[in-house]
Amino acid sequence: MTAVSPRRRGGGENPVAIGLVALIFVVLALVPFLFAGSQPLNVGAKICYFIVLAASFDLLLGYTGIVSFAHAMFFGIGGYGAGLALTHLGPSWGALLAGTAGALVFALLLALLIGFFSLRVRAIFFAMITLAIASAFAILASQLSFITGGEDGLSFSLPAVLSPGHRLFAGPILGVRLSGRHLAYWFVFAVSLLLFLAMRRVVGSPFGRVLQAIRENEFRAEALGYRTLVYRLVVNGLAAMIAALAGVLCAIWLRYTGPDTTLSFDIMLDILLMVVIGGMGTLYGAVIGAVLLILAESYLRALMGGLAAATAGLPLLPQLFDPDRWLLWLGILFILCVYFFPLGIVGRLRRG
Amino acid sequence: MTQADVALPKGPPRDWVPVLLVPALMLLAWPLVGSTTSWITLTVAGLAMGMMIFVMASGLTLVFGLMDVLNFGHGAFIAFGAYVALIVARPLAGWIDAPVPLLNGAVFVLMILVAMAVAGVGGLVFERVLVRPVYGQHLRQILVTMGGLIVAQQLIIVLWGPVQVTLMVPAAFRGALVLGNVAIERYRLLAILVGLVVLAVMLLVLNRTRLGLLIRAGVQNREMVEALGYRVRRLFVGVFMAGSALSGLGGVMWALYREALTPTMGLDVTVLVFIVVIIGGLGSVGGCFIGALLVALTANYVGFLAPRVAAATNILLMVLVLLWRAQGLYPVVKRG
Repeated sequence: MTAVSPRRRGGGENPVAIGLVALIFVVLALVPFLFAGSQPLNVGAKICYFIVLAASFDLLLGYTGIVSFAHAMFFGIGGYGAGLALTHLGPSWGALLAGTAGALVFALLLALLIGFFSLRVRAIFFAMITLAIASAFAILASQLSFITGGEDGLSFSLPAVLSPGHRLFAGPILGVRLSGRHLAYWFVFAVSLLLFLAMRRVVGSPFGRVLQAIRENEFRAEALGYRTLVYRLVVNGLAAMIAALAGVLCAIWLRYTGPDTTLSFDIMLDILLMVVIGGMGTLYGAVIGAVLLILAESYLRALMGGLAAATAGLPLLPQLFDPDRWLLWLGILFILCVYFFPLGIVGRLRRG
Repeated sequence: MTQADVALPKGPPRDWVPVLLVPALMLLAWPLVGSTTSWITLTVAGLAMGMMIFVMASGLTLVFGLMDVLNFGHGAFIAFGAYVALIVARPLAGWIDAPVPLLNGAVFVLMILVAMAVAGVGGLVFERVLVRPVYGQHLRQILVTMGGLIVAQQLIIVLWGPVQVTLMVPAAFRGALVLGNVAIERYRLLAILVGLVVLAVMLLVLNRTRLGLLIRAGVQNREMVEALGYRVRRLFVGVFMAGSALSGLGGVMWALYREALTPTMGLDVTVLVFIVVIIGGLGSVGGCFIGALLVALTANYVGFLAPRVAAATNILLMVLVLLWRAQGLYPVVKRG
């Protein structure tokens, strides 16, 4: 009914896409050695947890054909879970584990509850209700400042091993003095890679095939004997929990959780743009989309600033090229993608 | 209407229970609020807010009912309408502040007309460029219209800047009427009046004109109306434009109520409008009206009693309604 792609192959993926994603992960693993300074490390870590976040969103959007606007909310639940535990229980691994577990349970219950209410009726209901709930949650999080720290958010410390002060080796390795900060980076990277591989495993399983069947023709899937509601509820809960884990990774890296870094609608838009521009329904697309968007966010702004300066004398153009207006151009790109390249970049690679 | 009407089978009896929810909610809130004067003030505020939300939401629900198109970019027209009012408000700032009710009224009407015209034309463009290519594909519809909202929001920032802009209520509508020891803001009364006028015109058009008959028939069974030779598509474009114009009107009213414009107001109001439309039943104008009143009254009462959790009560209200009627207060029955 709402098929994203009429043409879908049963077997393996495009080798170009796989190669590209493998290259991305190799580069991400080597970031501390390849680039100097803290900016590349920050960008790399952000790419890692956004890969997890976007890929888990793709489970819903690309694989099952349901649109959720609450994915950033689950991301935030993970972030706040880790943040609250590390703030109140002290910077220990036990606290981190407890916070993560609490966030996972909360995310799962909330996802199931939302699913029960809105997935039964129509897919379009789900999109509207998740939008409403996510916005109420964000307002609530900033209002209940005695728990969440309000607009300021929560700042906390990590277990000592991951703190910047911790030295791994006495001397530099390959010209880099490795600290706990690098260890935290690799921790974020390793968990992200594992989660991505786990998601690949899920979509390759019989369960994943049923999800795709639901996307292509729900009525038919139901007629074949699959209880589509159960499948959609399960994938919704799964995606919510993975998003919460991405939130935990984000909290670990930033040592901070706040409304702007997790719950805001801008994050939700970022996720949506990543999956659609990268390519829905492949997971590889989510990786490529996340990399492109984060790189654009971090480095393209400078280019736009240059354009704005170059057109300074002209009317309206400087405002259009203002570095803060990059969402305008991404929005247009997004619409064009939905129209002309519903399979995104990965879809283009496949055809080529 | 001819004598043949007599032979037509009667529809099910009117369902009054949802209508009674509104006075029930008011009565429930009375003892909770405590003082009668605050209760009256809150109720009037709630009714005014509800009317404005209804004006903004009615177009959305009608468009959905007729063509199964859910416009996530609806908020763009609300915000654009409000900002376009600035085109009138800025050069005529003298008229707004002048202590002459006639000039105040004139500038108010002008703002509304400009906003409705621009939002209506915007709706036409939006329908052509964004909605038309993705008919019948819900997933892409949601994505494309949401993309439209993002672009519109950014364009507003490009044209009017990212910071909040103030929009003053015309002088004659400022201040409050004092009846006994109850103070009622004049602008709220005006908002209720405008809302009632819109509701009356809408009901009149829908129930008493040929156009309305076609729209209602189209909501019930599009294929049949098409088979009878009417161009539902063209009808739909008209409804889409009218709905956009109404949201432009609602946007101006809302902006004057808040006395502030922000680029994100479209998205903020969309959330409210969605809750209202879901509560009312997607596609139902009557349900939309009751839903708007319920949401606005609850928001005002809870905002007074427990302001910190006010955001969650809308959701709670929606959940309660959906537990009772899973498709909203007045589910629109689709045939075919």
